[in-house]
Amino acid sequence: MKRTITLALLLILPLCGWAAKETKDVDLKSNNPAIEARLHVLAKELRCLVCQNQTLADSEAELAIDLRNEIRALLEKGLTDEQVVDYLVQRYGDFVRFRPPVNEMTFLLWFGPLLLVVLGSGLLIFYLKRLPSRANNAPLSDAEHKRLDKLLSEAKED
Amino acid sequence: MIPEIGHFALIIALCIALAQSIFPLIGAARGIAPWIALARPAAQGQFVFMTIALLCLFYAFAVNDFSVLYVASNSNSALPIQYRLAALWGAHEGSLLLWAFILSLWTLAVTIFSRSLPDEFVARVLGVMGLVSIGFLLFMLFSSNPFERLIPAALEGRDLNPLLQDAGLIVHPPMLYMGYVGFSVAFSFAIAALLGGHLDSAWARWSRPWTTVAWSFQTLGITLGSWWAYYELGWGGWWFWDPVENASFMPWVMGTALIHSLSVTEKRGGFKSWTVLLAIFTFSLSLLGTFVVRSGVLSSVHAFATDPKRGLFILIFLAIVIGGSLALYAWRAPRVGMGGSFKLLSREAMLLGNNVLFTVAAATILLGTLYPLLLDALGLGKISVGPPYFDTVFVPLMVPVVFLMGIGPIARWKQTSLPELMVRLRWALGASVITALILPVVLGKWSFMVSLGLFMAAWIVFSGFHNLWSKVMRNGLNGMKAAFASLPRAFYGMFFAHLGVAVFIVGVTISGGFSTEKELRMDPGDKVELSGYTFRFDGATQVQGPNYQAMEGSVRVFAGDKELTVLHPQKRVYLVQRNPMTEAGIDAGLFRHLYVALGQPVSGGAWSLRLYYKPFVQWIWLGPLVMIFGGILAASDRRYRLAARRAKLAASGATPGVGVPGLAAELPQQR
Amino acid sequence: MLRYLIPLGIFALLVVFLARGLYLDPHQVPSPLIGKPAPDFVLPQVQDATQQIARKDLLGKVTLLNVWASWCVACRQEHPLLVELARTGAVNIYGLNYKDKREDALRWLDQLGNPYLVSAFDETGKVGIDYGVYGVPETYVIDRQGIIRYKLIGPLTEENLRDKILPLVKELQG
Repeated sequence: MKRTITLALLLILPLCGWAAKETKDVDLKSNNPAIEARLHVLAKELRCLVCQNQTLADSEAELAIDLRNEIRALLEKGLTDEQVVDYLVQRYGDFVRFRPPVNEMTFLLWFGPLLLVVLGSGLLIFYLKRLPSRANNAPLSDAEHKRLDKLLSEAKED
Repeated sequence: MIPEIGHFALIIALCIALAQSIFPLIGAARGIAPWIALARPAAQGQFVFMTIALLCLFYAFAVNDFSVLYVASNSNSALPIQYRLAALWGAHEGSLLLWAFILSLWTLAVTIFSRSLPDEFVARVLGVMGLVSIGFLLFMLFSSNPFERLIPAALEGRDLNPLLQDAGLIVHPPMLYMGYVGFSVAFSFAIAALLGGHLDSAWARWSRPWTTVAWSFQTLGITLGSWWAYYELGWGGWWFWDPVENASFMPWVMGTALIHSLSVTEKRGGFKSWTVLLAIFTFSLSLLGTFVVRSGVLSSVHAFATDPKRGLFILIFLAIVIGGSLALYAWRAPRVGMGGSFKLLSREAMLLGNNVLFTVAAATILLGTLYPLLLDALGLGKISVGPPYFDTVFVPLMVPVVFLMGIGPIARWKQTSLPELMVRLRWALGASVITALILPVVLGKWSFMVSLGLFMAAWIVFSGFHNLWSKVMRNGLNGMKAAFASLPRAFYGMFFAHLGVAVFIVGVTISGGFSTEKELRMDPGDKVELSGYTFRFDGATQVQGPNYQAMEGSVRVFAGDKELTVLHPQKRVYLVQRNPMTEAGIDAGLFRHLYVALGQPVSGGAWSLRLYYKPFVQWIWLGPLVMIFGGILAASDRRYRLAARRAKLAASGATPGVGVPGLAAELPQQR
Repeated sequence: MLRYLIPLGIFALLVVFLARGLYLDPHQVPSPLIGKPAPDFVLPQVQDATQQIARKDLLGKVTLLNVWASWCVACRQEHPLLVELARTGAVNIYGLNYKDKREDALRWLDQLGNPYLVSAFDETGKVGIDYGVYGVPETYVIDRQGIIRYKLIGPLTEENLRDKILPLVKELQG
């Protein structure tokens, strides 16, 4: 089963990474540069489902072109950016978002780094404070001074 | 016949690797001298047979031997010779052979450059590297044999993936593997030290050049990969946080932490057990990277053909090597302790701070890369974690790192005072703030992110130069020349490595903040203006390549009335794997790139085109080159002195040891 | 003392997850529509452009909605199974002809057999998007009330019919 899927996907995947076949589908362009700009920003954060290692903005897969046109139509209808993303998530799930949602399941993902930094720094400071501050900086005694002088003069002789 | 010789050579290499590991490791534990002495020759022998195997496979590709399955799957007689040879590492089996060969190469280097180390220690190091070799050789021989025959032989090969038919393939994988595998040396040193119970600072001094060189190769490999993706994939991006990219970046991040940690262990005897752990982590991440690419566990554009059975083998290998190392660590490290004594505010503490931040950064990348798998494995659905996540969490981690880069080199060992640091750096801080506020406006528009990026780069530059200046001016203007000469290479290494980071940050910041692009349909003769440049599309014609046909567009670029260049973006169709491929046309200047890619043909000779103006994007790859220069300088420091001192000693006829100040510190200590 | 075992512990956990991951497919996109009502649609029929087919026509019985196209290679692989299934009458099979040309689709059905009670002609792929279609073929199991119960990504095979689809259909039929 898995092999068949892999095989099926392998038939599509070679198209990814470079342009798809000459398709009858055309990326429509609206005359509204503001809409195009919003589309571009949105599409850069969405995942192409066919060429899954490209954003919806960069992919030239047919489905990507279709979805870009769909988003364009939704934006022209007046939906907000959030509503557009929701529209796609309703149909394709959270998989389609390259920026994962922030919810209980992704809590560890989004706050993990911060927690790790706090934990790491905390451990570091705790450890550093506990380091034995031996009397390393205590001045040498007279006997130690004599020993030091002797050693230094020996070294100089050679 | 030749492929069979290659296959046989691998089997012999495996036998030698067994000898290289079992005897020296037991010998070192039991003090059996002849078994210890077996290590070096065995390692050298393994290298000989790995070379034979590699040459056999090269030969099969060179003569188009399509009776070898791997050659038939990845090559073609119309493929130009340089790609026929580079195709050796274009897919799973051959790249494994490359991995194993490079491991034998590093092992050979260890046998040569370790004459001054105790034999027992070297035996352990070579033994551990031998164990890793055994794993890879077993993997190859039992599940991924590059010499497997195809009977009956194919008449023609399936051709190399067109995306790989590029100069990038010739350099990127070998350099990257030199890095990945190079970290095995530091790893083996760490394991050898744990096994022997000698975790003194000598171990750190020996490890350091090896680690720095491996790190330099890793930097080069990643940089080449990024540059290749930029000009090859046609969307003008240079980093995608793709799982395989992350797999190469994590060892780099950890390796950077390791280099800094080693410096403390070497100079001050501190952090001993922590540094050992970092060495284990770094190479573990290399191995994890190997697993990720070949197991199908993560979805990536780089992934080799996937097979759960192969994935399982690698996972078991991973579990044994990494699990074993961490178990050894848990057992032996407590005896060693951290060592050293220093204040909360000291260079040591700042380097430890660097370690914390880099380790968290590597852990964060790992978390983001594996999180989709985590949720899926727990049955919690499928999510995607992509560039928006990584960009959001990675940058804030790097800000404190950059801050430490400024004050760390100036801070004193053991104890430093914050007021003193701030006083010394107030000029650098002020200059950085001013640069950050003004430069964005000069370039076009002010934004917080651009300002932050420029502040970080300026801070590194100004504090770095201040450090250099204060060291060089210690004896006044007259003593400047002498001061320059007396500064150790390691210092210059650090200086340039940090400078390289600043160059990189400038590239990322300015190209990220000020790039412009246009995507539109153009008829032949149409002109469009972008950021002060005019692009005129002169239509596309058909051209013939050695093994492809292409539609080549001609785009003339003008600045005002002056013609600057003609760009030739292509849409290629390779003769065998008939999928279309984009080849961008780039005018690569130091301060800006002009980048054009063909989209789709539209009726009447018109095409849709993508045009990009990318200022300072070249600095993104120049920065790492400067970093590598710094790495080489640093790595060439100790050895040079040791070899030169030895030569001086030999010439003067003096006995080493008591009489020569400083040399005693250079010799390995038994403790 | 025990803290030195922490790295090993974390690594062991990681290995467990990676091992589990070997048997998952990172490319498969699960459908968020499972357990939700099948999206509404009204489309012309493939075989009779004057007639329409809508979601409401699927209600009242358990349905297999198979997304197919004449240009899809894997669809050829699964088609005989569908034809056989239609012959047994175990379940109603409807088709969603995705981004195809009518003549090509008709010719395909002529050549390979028509297991579908009706095939809806989704020329633009808009209905496909509503259903979360991203790779052809895909098959949905829809219950009497029009709720999507299962989505198969990829072609039907003997195994998945026998192990997943048919048992579920039986269960839904009561």
